[in-house]
Amino acid sequence: MNTSPPPPSSTCLTMEEIHMQFGGVTALRNISYAIPRGIIQGVIGPNGAGKSTLFNCITGVLHPTMGRAVYEGVVLTGKPPHKIARLGLSRTFQHVALFSSMTVLENVMLGRHPKSKAGFWATGLRFPGMPGEEKDIRERALHFLNFVGLEREANHPAGSLPLGKQKILEVARALATEPKLLLLDEPAGGLNMRETENLGELIQEICGQGVTVMLVEHDMNLIMEISQRILVLHYGETLATGTPREIKDNPQVIEAYLGEG
Amino acid sequence: MLATDLLQYTVSGLTLGVIFALVAIGFNIIYNVTEIINFAQGEFVVVGGLLAVFFVGLGFPIPMAFGASVLVTAALGFGMERFVIRRARNASILSLIIITIAMSMIFKGSAMSLWGKDPYVLPPFSEGGPIMVAGAAIQPQALWVLAVSALVVIALSIFFHRSVYGKAMLACADNANAARMVGIPVRQMVLLSFVLSASVGAAAGVIITPISLMQYDRGAMLGLKGFAAAALGGLGNFYGALAAGAILGLAESFTAGYISSGYKDAVSLVLLLFALFFKPEGLFGSSEAAKLKKF
Amino acid sequence: MSKKDWWIFLVTAFLIGVFPLVVQPFRSVSHYVDVMVFAGIFALVCIGLSMLMGYAGQISIAQAAFFGIGAYSSGILTVHFHMNPWAAMPVGAALAGFVAWLLGIPALRLKGHYLAMATLGFGVIVNIIMNEEVKWTGGPSGLVGIPGLSIGGREIFHELAWYYLVWGFVFMGLLFCFHVLHSRVGRALRAIHEEEAAAEAMGVPTARYKVQVFVLSAIFASIAGSLYTHYMAFINPSSFNLEWSIQFLLMVMVGGMQSLWGAVLGAVLMTFMRNEWLHVFADQEIIVYGALLLIVALFVPKGLVSLLPRLLPSRIFKSSGTREDES
Repeated sequence: MNTSPPPPSSTCLTMEEIHMQFGGVTALRNISYAIPRGIIQGVIGPNGAGKSTLFNCITGVLHPTMGRAVYEGVVLTGKPPHKIARLGLSRTFQHVALFSSMTVLENVMLGRHPKSKAGFWATGLRFPGMPGEEKDIRERALHFLNFVGLEREANHPAGSLPLGKQKILEVARALATEPKLLLLDEPAGGLNMRETENLGELIQEICGQGVTVMLVEHDMNLIMEISQRILVLHYGETLATGTPREIKDNPQVIEAYLGEG
Repeated sequence: MLATDLLQYTVSGLTLGVIFALVAIGFNIIYNVTEIINFAQGEFVVVGGLLAVFFVGLGFPIPMAFGASVLVTAALGFGMERFVIRRARNASILSLIIITIAMSMIFKGSAMSLWGKDPYVLPPFSEGGPIMVAGAAIQPQALWVLAVSALVVIALSIFFHRSVYGKAMLACADNANAARMVGIPVRQMVLLSFVLSASVGAAAGVIITPISLMQYDRGAMLGLKGFAAAALGGLGNFYGALAAGAILGLAESFTAGYISSGYKDAVSLVLLLFALFFKPEGLFGSSEAAKLKKF
Repeated sequence: MSKKDWWIFLVTAFLIGVFPLVVQPFRSVSHYVDVMVFAGIFALVCIGLSMLMGYAGQISIAQAAFFGIGAYSSGILTVHFHMNPWAAMPVGAALAGFVAWLLGIPALRLKGHYLAMATLGFGVIVNIIMNEEVKWTGGPSGLVGIPGLSIGGREIFHELAWYYLVWGFVFMGLLFCFHVLHSRVGRALRAIHEEEAAAEAMGVPTARYKVQVFVLSAIFASIAGSLYTHYMAFINPSSFNLEWSIQFLLMVMVGGMQSLWGAVLGAVLMTFMRNEWLHVFADQEIIVYGALLLIVALFVPKGLVSLLPRLLPSRIFKSSGTREDES
């Protein structure tokens, strides 16, 4: 464990000069930012601004060329994604990444992985305690399905759900790991207006339960409505930060978006 | 004595090495266009060698037998792509592996039905006894192997860098979708890659048969060692394949000479494992480019 | 295990149990018991391979090598060191597991073609060692004088006893794997197969699971190899070469690799083909195997078990709620 100075007690995640280079292309340039605990943090920016890259740098999929991410005093950078997940970070994917031939319930049950223990021997030989753990996994998974309202589809193959429900299922699967920080990568992509509205309510409800949410989204209405703070990326750099109102009136942001067309 | 042995092993190692390199180039041609590793690549070599034996038996002179063997093997490559690989266009990588393994079994079984289990030999391309260099006896056929391989490599370089078809194939390798959009018939390029790859394999088979004989079941080992050369040289990299082939050939020849002839086959395979485990991008590839490839 | 699997399990166990009673009275088919002993041994290898390939999605063309490690461990320990066969078997399994672990850590970072080639290369190396270490293995001419297995101080000679012993192992193996599959570990394996990145992001240590399931498949193959050794009383390297690794692939593909029942079905079917029905092709056998593999890969990628529900009464197969081993 690196000995970084204890974070201000209100900070959940700190990005310290994260720099990501692919060959000659700089995807992120010295991103420094701190996310306070318990809020919905919006991240916006035109296509190719580096939003997904930033997510991947935080969750351990990519290793930043320089800089690091610190979560609750623990340095994330350098850890593999599954260890980061165990620390209490969970995520959804921009392009739906469900286990499509597994059932809806099984998908959420997989999310219980960090919260359960039985290995090959324990499951294969049915050690005492293992069936109880399985039962617990199933019950907790059903609880999260209920929470997002997918309980009726529990036994359908995940791949057979319409896109809108697949996106919600990804949220349920991520919630099943009981994260303290939830990273949502364009959860409203492909959703219609009503679905987006419901998603917004769901996200607020999640945040209301004390989970910090980091939300990458293209849907400006959604992000302006539910985030407390917004980070704007542009060509891999921080263009602006602030409350939705400040961002809305920021001339640089307006130009970046208009400039894009 | 020591120097003589050294020279002898070096020559036989290089001869072997260029054969591995040719097999590796066969892998690379198909991989570059399709990202498929053709597990039947070694069988092209076997079939090429055995067909040459057959044509010589019919009374063909060596150059004609060479040409006929390459042509027939190319036709097999054509058939394999046209009637099998094309059907499996949307198959998973696992299925594609299984399919090319199945093709290798079919080629191998057919070779055994036609030629039996005996090894066959081909007369050397030119008359005359071994050439003595500093006490080491060098078979003239070894020189033929080097010369023909050099010709094949030069011809391929010209093809890929000068001809329209060659450039189109490289474009497919770069980005199949983009190639399709600019009007390159990707399917034809895939077909061509199998034909070319089979031809190169057959050529390797014909030139090596006078030295090391040819037998229906040599394909798996030739394929594996050829793949070792391809992987060590960086998959898709032609010049890397040449260098890596030479390294493997020398390693095998020196092992056979100085350590144990029984373990000579293991050397290339151990090097293959080391390459795959510790440097999957190959000795001459960049690790950054390798990340973008589908292994 | 789901209800459906329990039913299939009990029905299959019953069928396997009465099979000898049915065939033994008839002279022309009484040797089927012997064929089924081999089928059971191969089924054990295939169950492990199905876990690795069908569920976790990792290819291995090295199962014959692990089969051989088990066989030679048992052979060498009992012949050269006069060890009790029942003690040699777990030693072989531990060795196979250890080798799989050593190989798996670097190899399973590879995907697709590279993993296939790495396991293929490893298998060939193991076979070369079997041929070369003549002092221990007897080299190409094989290892002779291997003792049989005894239970309660009495050696088992009767093939019927062997039959029930081997199939007992198969059903224990099946039970173990079914329990694994219907648990968090099984879900993790299938998740790795389908979306490795998502599994990792949900906290599944994908690399570790891949190595573990590889080790499991090696242990299964090794135990099968030990049984094979003591049943045959003689082994040589040609039973553990590349051709056999491909045979195991073929069995699993034909039966259906995404189902443990498929693995068993494929092993039984292919063993009968090899021993009983393909003799007419003599040396052309390998073309038949190649063609079969090709046809299955192209047209029945989920194997014969995927066709079974259409043949059997639909109620049996469709009533169950979980889909855990259809995927």
